[in-house]
Amino acid sequence: MTKAMTGAKMVVQALVDQGVEVVFGYPGGAVLPIYDEIFQQNQIKHVLVRHEQGAVHAAEGYARSTGKVGVALVTSGPGATNAVTGLTDALLDSIPILVLTGQVPTFMIGTDAFQEADTVGITRACTKHNWLVKETDKLGQTLHEAFHVATSGRPGPVLIDIPKDVQFATGKYAQKTQMETHYQPQVKGDLDAIKELALAMETAKRPVFYTGGGVVNSGTAASQLLRELVEATGFPITSTLMGLGAYPASGENWLGMLGMHGLYEANMAMHDCDLMINIGARFDDRITGRLDAFSPKSKKAHIDIDASSINKVIHVDIPILGDVAHVLEDLLKVWKANGRKTDKEGLSKWWDQINEWKKVDCLSFKQEGKIIKPQYALQRLEALTKKHDRYITTEVGQHQMWAAQYLGFEDPNRWMTSGGLGTMGYGHPASIGVQMAHPDALVINIAGEASWLMNMQELGTSMQYRLNTKQFILNNERLGMVRQWQELLHGERYSSSWSESLPDFVKLAEAFGAKGIQCHDPDALDDAIMEMITYDGPVLFDCLVEKHENCFPMIPSGKPHNEMLLGDADTKGAIKAGGAVLV
Amino acid sequence: MSPLKLKKGASSHSAYDLKTPFSDTVERHTLAVIVENEPGVLARVIGLFAGRGYNIESLTVAEIDHTGHLSRITIVTSGTPQIIQQIKSQLGRIITVHSVNDLTVEGPSVERELALLKVTGKGDQRIEAIRLADIFRASVVDSTLESFVFEITGTPEKIDAFADLMRPLGLQEVARTGVAALSRGPDAHV
Repeated sequence: MTKAMTGAKMVVQALVDQGVEVVFGYPGGAVLPIYDEIFQQNQIKHVLVRHEQGAVHAAEGYARSTGKVGVALVTSGPGATNAVTGLTDALLDSIPILVLTGQVPTFMIGTDAFQEADTVGITRACTKHNWLVKETDKLGQTLHEAFHVATSGRPGPVLIDIPKDVQFATGKYAQKTQMETHYQPQVKGDLDAIKELALAMETAKRPVFYTGGGVVNSGTAASQLLRELVEATGFPITSTLMGLGAYPASGENWLGMLGMHGLYEANMAMHDCDLMINIGARFDDRITGRLDAFSPKSKKAHIDIDASSINKVIHVDIPILGDVAHVLEDLLKVWKANGRKTDKEGLSKWWDQINEWKKVDCLSFKQEGKIIKPQYALQRLEALTKKHDRYITTEVGQHQMWAAQYLGFEDPNRWMTSGGLGTMGYGHPASIGVQMAHPDALVINIAGEASWLMNMQELGTSMQYRLNTKQFILNNERLGMVRQWQELLHGERYSSSWSESLPDFVKLAEAFGAKGIQCHDPDALDDAIMEMITYDGPVLFDCLVEKHENCFPMIPSGKPHNEMLLGDADTKGAIKAGGAVLV
Repeated sequence: MSPLKLKKGASSHSAYDLKTPFSDTVERHTLAVIVENEPGVLARVIGLFAGRGYNIESLTVAEIDHTGHLSRITIVTSGTPQIIQQIKSQLGRIITVHSVNDLTVEGPSVERELALLKVTGKGDQRIEAIRLADIFRASVVDSTLESFVFEITGTPEKIDAFADLMRPLGLQEVARTGVAALSRGPDAHV
């Protein structure tokens, strides 16, 4: 049955029908009819952010921690342009979000009206798909299709631009069940290719699973199947930044994260393996290092839902197009039916080699003296929060890499970080989105002081909605990663990479009505962290750390996996001109 | 040497060499892309080519099915086999794209382009232009005492050849449609 209602009412109705519980947004002239509808109902909660960028990152945090679609609602013009960074972030990390933007009325489009921007034009390159709806009759269908597109195939951000007259006008609302679409991506993998991979697994002497965000995106079943596969085969497993938690950090076969700041044993295993099984990762440049020296001796299999990810930069021998959970289920079936064979002798030697690499202990550091090392701060945070129902978000930079190295994730959807786009200012609003989805959980945003200042206004949002997010700032008064690169590449000329005129973070927290804690003494750190955890309300934790600590291990730009830098002693002249042009 | 006794910095590679050993032969491909005829669909396709740095040698687009709201975009592009594969995969990701067919690899196909050429001249030049047009089976669609507009249909190469011949005979202006292409035989792509 189609029901007649206004466009604004359709928006709320469709969100309810799609199971949406919370919308992050900011009102303005072109979305007032929708805000009026939100005012008159109780099914959907609206969270008023302080900046539209915050709304989109919060929606991302919500989506990443629940696997559901995150929804943001913003006005036309500046509201829409402020959403662009969040949309691009979600596109690069394949996060399903829906952004609803208001638009000037249809009869004013193209006249440079007040707060008019070509929103679908601007966001075409940073959404999976977008729509400008000019007829109220088509709004219901478009809303339902948007949810379908955001969550089907490789997930991603979608946007619907809704002119104000379309919101006011009455039309026929298409129900969820009436949604029409031709977009049905293939989820089952080709069985012949899966059989080929199962055969390769039987004879591999030095195999490695290289997993990514695709496992997390595929749902909890995918993570379960991955664990089963790793356990049954005994193969080692590493993961990208995006895939942390799909396989537990406490798991026996876990090598730790790989890539530019990944663990030595993980990168060496990638370089020396004879069978690489890429599951839902995309051979990103942070992972591969120098392409022509990337894992030169291996046969490569790649399971991915997106055909354009396969053979994009690395040639693979066994491409499998399909959804991770579906393919892993078939792979396990085939491999088990063939007699669960592996080369036990080869594997045993391979593990001996890996254990040798592990002895390098690439994450070791010395906490000495009266200054807190950032690694130590995270090690203590890990120890004191591990047992909690914990979700971690991060900003972008050194602290992000240290968090990935020193924190352990036992489950998927517990780690929310801006991987592909590297968006400073992501973590704080994302933590708000996570806390909205999990009100009783311990949600910690690990930040640098510079990143945190980019979206500090959202502390007001945490206060307003009583969200107990913990903002854990590793404050080195530097743009640490920029400073590190300037040290390695630009003759230690630290151009604009220090944070001057920083606020007093404790007073800043107090100005918002939140709690501020400052800690500079390693001996006082545990008590301070406990105070942060137990405080019933938002906390801004200013952890003053060593100012010139560099993040290691590191694969310098333009180098292969087996040329990692393990410490400051290795860095001199490590990056040549060819590597310097890379980012 | 690092503490791990690993040799470092031995490479002389520049960033421009950081490529996998895929084939680097540049090929020309004609793609037939069936799309939903909705506002912005052409912008999506062109934006993809511009944003990812792919070549467009020719592009034509027109509605082919009014009731089904379908348009056909014919794109002639060039790149290494890996780039061509990327182009097809990336086109396939666009939600409003229904199908992508590579006419260059999916069996024999016919390609045609239409061009209009304005040639001005007098006396022998004019006679020579008419004579060559006849050889190329170009027809005269407009004529004054000093000018002709020729219409010619054929492969892009044929049109190139005709335009080259007309140039010394007073070629003033050329309008070309770009390539339209169909596979040979009974099988259809829609």
